[in-house]
Amino acid sequence: MQGTREKTGMVQTENSRLVLEDGSVFEGRSFGFPQSVSGEVVFNTGMVGYPETLTDPSYKGQILVTTYPLIGNYGVSGDDPVDEVGGPFESNRLQVSALVVSEVSVHHDHWNASKSLSQWLLEQRIPALWGIDTRSLTKRLREKGSMLGKILIDEKDVELYDPNNDNVIALVGVTSPVVYAGGKTRIVVIDGGCKNSIIRSLLARGATVIRVPWDYDFLDEEFDGVLISNGPGDPKACEKTIAQVRRAMEREFPIFGVCLGHQILALAAGGNTYKLKYGHRSQNQPCKEIGTNRCYITSQNHGYAVDPQTLPAGWEPWFTNANDGTNEGLRHRSRPFMSVQFHPEAAPGPVDTNFLFDEFLRML
Amino acid sequence: MTGSQPKKVLVLGSGALKIGEAGEFDYSGSQAIKALKEEGITTILVNPNVATIQTSDYLADEVYFLPVNAYFVEKVIEKERPDGIMLGFGGQTALNCGLELDQKGVLTRYGVNVLGTSIQAIRETEDRDLFIKKLTEIGVKAPRSSAVTSVSMAVRVAEEIGYPVMLRVAYALGGLGSGSCWNAEEVRERATHAFAHSPQVLIEEFLKGWKEIEYEVVRDRFDNCVTVCNMENFDPMGIHTGESIVVAPSQTLTNSEYHMLREVAIRVVRHLGIVGECNIQFALDRHSEGYRVIEVNARLSRSSALASKATGYPLALIAAKLGLGLSLVDLKNPINNLTTACFEPSLDYVVIKIPRWDLRKFRMVSQRIGSGMKSVGEVMAIGRKFEEALQKGLRMLEIGVCGLVGNDNFRVSDLERELCEPTPDRVFAIPEAIKRGLSIDRIHDLSHIDKWFLYKIRHIVEIEERLRQRASQGCSRELLTEAKQAGFADRQIAGMVGLTEPQIRGQRKHWNIVPRVKQIDTLAAEYPAQTNYLYLTYNGQDDDIARESTNSVIVLGSGAYRIGSSVEFDWCCVNTVQTLRRLGYRTVMINYNPETVSTDYNECDKLYFDEVSLETVLDIYEMEQPLGVIISMGGQIPNNLALKIHEAGLTVLGTSPLSIDAAEDRHKFSQLLDRLAVEQPEWKELVTGEEAKAFANRVGYPVLVRPSYVLSGAAMGVASTDSELLRFLDRASEVSQRYPIMISKFVENAKELEIDAVACAGEVVVWAISEHVENAGVHSGDATLVLPPQRTYLETMRRTRKVTGKIAKALNIHGPFNIQFIAKDNDVKVIECNLRASRSFPFVSKILKLNFVDLATKVIMGHPVPKIHGSVFDVEYVGVKAPQFSFTRLDGADPTLGVEMASTGEVACLGDDFEEAFLKAVLSVGYHLPVRSMLLSTGPVEAKAAFLESARILQGLGITLYATKGTSEFLRANDIETTLLHWPLEQETPNILEYLTQRKFDLVVNIPKNYQEEELTNDYMIRRHAVNFGIPLITNIQFAQRFVEALSRKGLDDLEIKSWREYNPQHRLSSIGGALTAGS
Repeated sequence: MQGTREKTGMVQTENSRLVLEDGSVFEGRSFGFPQSVSGEVVFNTGMVGYPETLTDPSYKGQILVTTYPLIGNYGVSGDDPVDEVGGPFESNRLQVSALVVSEVSVHHDHWNASKSLSQWLLEQRIPALWGIDTRSLTKRLREKGSMLGKILIDEKDVELYDPNNDNVIALVGVTSPVVYAGGKTRIVVIDGGCKNSIIRSLLARGATVIRVPWDYDFLDEEFDGVLISNGPGDPKACEKTIAQVRRAMEREFPIFGVCLGHQILALAAGGNTYKLKYGHRSQNQPCKEIGTNRCYITSQNHGYAVDPQTLPAGWEPWFTNANDGTNEGLRHRSRPFMSVQFHPEAAPGPVDTNFLFDEFLRML
Repeated sequence: MTGSQPKKVLVLGSGALKIGEAGEFDYSGSQAIKALKEEGITTILVNPNVATIQTSDYLADEVYFLPVNAYFVEKVIEKERPDGIMLGFGGQTALNCGLELDQKGVLTRYGVNVLGTSIQAIRETEDRDLFIKKLTEIGVKAPRSSAVTSVSMAVRVAEEIGYPVMLRVAYALGGLGSGSCWNAEEVRERATHAFAHSPQVLIEEFLKGWKEIEYEVVRDRFDNCVTVCNMENFDPMGIHTGESIVVAPSQTLTNSEYHMLREVAIRVVRHLGIVGECNIQFALDRHSEGYRVIEVNARLSRSSALASKATGYPLALIAAKLGLGLSLVDLKNPINNLTTACFEPSLDYVVIKIPRWDLRKFRMVSQRIGSGMKSVGEVMAIGRKFEEALQKGLRMLEIGVCGLVGNDNFRVSDLERELCEPTPDRVFAIPEAIKRGLSIDRIHDLSHIDKWFLYKIRHIVEIEERLRQRASQGCSRELLTEAKQAGFADRQIAGMVGLTEPQIRGQRKHWNIVPRVKQIDTLAAEYPAQTNYLYLTYNGQDDDIARESTNSVIVLGSGAYRIGSSVEFDWCCVNTVQTLRRLGYRTVMINYNPETVSTDYNECDKLYFDEVSLETVLDIYEMEQPLGVIISMGGQIPNNLALKIHEAGLTVLGTSPLSIDAAEDRHKFSQLLDRLAVEQPEWKELVTGEEAKAFANRVGYPVLVRPSYVLSGAAMGVASTDSELLRFLDRASEVSQRYPIMISKFVENAKELEIDAVACAGEVVVWAISEHVENAGVHSGDATLVLPPQRTYLETMRRTRKVTGKIAKALNIHGPFNIQFIAKDNDVKVIECNLRASRSFPFVSKILKLNFVDLATKVIMGHPVPKIHGSVFDVEYVGVKAPQFSFTRLDGADPTLGVEMASTGEVACLGDDFEEAFLKAVLSVGYHLPVRSMLLSTGPVEAKAAFLESARILQGLGITLYATKGTSEFLRANDIETTLLHWPLEQETPNILEYLTQRKFDLVVNIPKNYQEEELTNDYMIRRHAVNFGIPLITNIQFAQRFVEALSRKGLDDLEIKSWREYNPQHRLSSIGGALTAGS
């Protein structure tokens, strides 16, 4: 047994625990890189797709708790590039600060797997804990709101770290423009931590994608539309991006915002954003399309939301969360600006709303 | 759907429980009726299944206990004139009935709208050719296949596709008659059988070993579409999903696989235009993302009931509302009344369903499981580890195992064969194979079971090894914790470390290793839940609910449905809980059967979806600190716990567990009867075979052999000779080592009666006597019951009541009970006494409109009940309860009646006289009218003589009579002409087999010559062929006589279409306790 564990990357350590800023302690065991770390503790209720989730740049600076208790069942497929965009998942590295689960599979099985989750975490030096009552932990986060916390391994203490005080998007996107050649339509993607699936969704529809850094002045490039990507942290920290978007709006370029991009678009339009108590991180968020009978199941990962009351004239809410009534999308009545809080590119999660990419391309 | 809601809706039930169509349809039908009532719509229900909740008087406005077929449903439509009909809540029976009604133009003629999924869409899911065509239109892959209508075509298509192929039967329940074929000969054999039941057979690509994945999909008329649950079969393709261990959610699928299949599911459902709920099954390649859509069930199904319980999302309720044209977005998630119903539940636990088989109850049945369904029930276990849920689930089966490992009584002779050609024991063969050194790869190659599941099983084996190694030093805290987290029971651990169950319990409590209570909330804790849908786990650090003790009562449920314990006990439990609630108690239900209404979280204040075992009941009792536990409503499983929980210091409400023991223990009970001067058949406790032989020879054969603690005749047998006797002794001793074996004189040619009653402090307050149509010797669960009795002497009835009174007093019975009697010439002997609610409680309660469970619950809780006046029993109609058999599904099983129960369900119908009620009842369980031709083979000479008068009647009715040699000669000697047919083994023409194959008889009467034949005799072949070719079969002489009499007096037209209320207008008596006023 011990032998197998070593082979699959499980390193046993004593005294591993998660400590929240309210002082609560959850004892667990380490199965990732044995190093203490701090971040914002958030939970995700998705039941599949841990490789996609862990590589989503929007989790930068966060300690991720999975509510589904059995993680790692199908291992991890090789992360070698599968196309020009990169590896099979949402970015080329694990983005979370740490992972907390109830049980990790010591043994996995899948035709496409090349390593265990634990091996992957070790390779990429990401700490992880198992043996934690993640339901109990989630309830605490639900009741008290997202909290800072730290994983302590072998009693090595670290300072509490709040990614929302940092300009984290600067840490996750490209640092210089990258062009993915496609068809005639040229789309600038402002990369605030863009998931690969967004790029792939555009490429699959025959567009050429110009992926630019979050603070890049793209207005001199040749392009037909702008997609503002998802990303981590507080949207208000992205002042440079907001300013860029505002300029693009003035020139009436078609714009599509996704997740953080939705919040940035709202801020650029003059609206306001606020922090949700514990955010939406799941694959089952129902979003109603306003003025229709339709509701879509969406994949989400965000801690901030747009306050639709603060939007200037000309804007209208497009989607609303059917559970808590928060804003899930915006549209401009007369100009080609639209955005959604959820992830139409899915990965992980349901693909119900990927038609929005088609709508965006039709707008160009 | 026009958008305007219907005013009056007809709901079709599924009839008697049978293999492939069981309790899940009571749950879905009840939910549908509740949904309609919430919308203010008048509801009419047709369902002869008297033991269901849906046929309660407080649900549908009118209930018709009539067969669910086009003839009767048309009559009901003609009379009631509903403007809508719901076909999706009564299984395949209701769906097929709806298709036929549509085909006959009945629905159009009477302007009845099909609510929810349209007939067109139903047809496109049921007809394989149309189905594949629809899938192809949207580029969805289905197995390569072709529908054929003849045996020769079947062989030709099979050769084109290439062997092996799968042969599927269209319009079939639970995969009936379907199976894999490896050569032309097998195709020929299977296709011949299949065409007996269905005009169409499908030959398709064989996908054995592919992963089998299901999605439950909900769609409204605005095209909102969600998948509520996905499930993965532990037993991959090749094993029917009803025969598979099923896990929710899927465990081995990546995001890309999960959502690829989900997207296909939604695309298919939209293209078909489903409105409401449906189930879609996929095969998924193990080595790529290749998939095939296997089938779509455009109705609520067994899987949807499971998915409802697994997720907390009430699929049937929502489906019914969507059928009325409501929007999914506008409906609330009932578990929190906060979020929308348009979402997909997120689970933070793992759910495992395990089928429950009862194959050992049948003689000559094949033990192999495959693409046809044979299981009779199922359990669902919830845990936060796979190992935890799996071991819980295996114990819940109540098949004498303490978990996956540690079962000393488990042996497999040929492990490799067991792994690749499974029987119900396969899951136990896996740990055995691991211990014997088979690699995980090898086990996977043989079984195709995903290695992830096998690794989890290996983990259980490793913990067992460590426990056994620690036997001498005692178990460490860490190891005990790990074992409990992996679902080991205290008694399982005790057996491994050489301690007792209480010692392990004491040790773990000392170390504070206790289970935690977690809530099922559909959203993985993202939003708070308002309901108390709970389970226990050792993989948690705190409870989701506060521990409070306020005036609560625990009710123990009945567990898995199996032969002998079925929906009737669920009816009892639900009614108990309802009465308790009305009396102001907080109710706590413990049960684990996903097919039940009692496990609907709305039915009680707290639902623990968990084991009904000593350990779990103690754990929950300690948390809840209730007033006590009611163990007398859930059948034998809770009843068996009575003494144990009493000894553990818990309060058992109702009759004292000591009295229960005195009735269950044959010795004590017999002494009691002697003391009361009540007669019983002569009996003896068995010590050796020689003693048994001596006893049998003294009292004279035949004798009855059985273990003392039994339900439904498990391991019972009637022996007519010394050698038969010894064979039964062997079988019986395997079943139970703890309880001794009993042998008793088997009384022939006697009537059997049973009394269902409630006593208060030893005084009988209410009773009902039912008589059996069949003579004593047929298990009471397989007998046809008549209430009130029609052929019993008043004196016999009087004596029965008197004896009942004496026993109630002597045992100080305080609650429900049932006594079975044999009566011969006014002599009554007691054969069995159960101090709990019995199988016939719903029957007598509904026929008399007097809720025995309600009364019993009041008695148990010490609330006053007046003695019911005898006039209540003078009803001006007759109720007949008839058994439903599922022999068609049990390959090879000998379809005879005996002391072992074989039926899987029951119906009851009402009539102005016996004949009318009897005919309605037998028509509800598969007999047909008119009868134009019959095969007679009336067995022993006494039976031949007894049937003579009946044969004369048949001749007079102009029915064409065929007969076997002896019967034909006997009848000719008595001036009745029959056509002689040769015995199957004679291989001469005209031969009976040939006539059976061509279905030239409308009915077969075959009376067995002795009680339990075990050979491939002529008689067996007649019976088996009759069943295989769907020809009604009678094997009991009294039943045959009554059937012929009824035929001579009534035709189809004479069977009146009257609702329950029309027979007995005392409305809503049972639910509101008004019975008391009416009776006093």
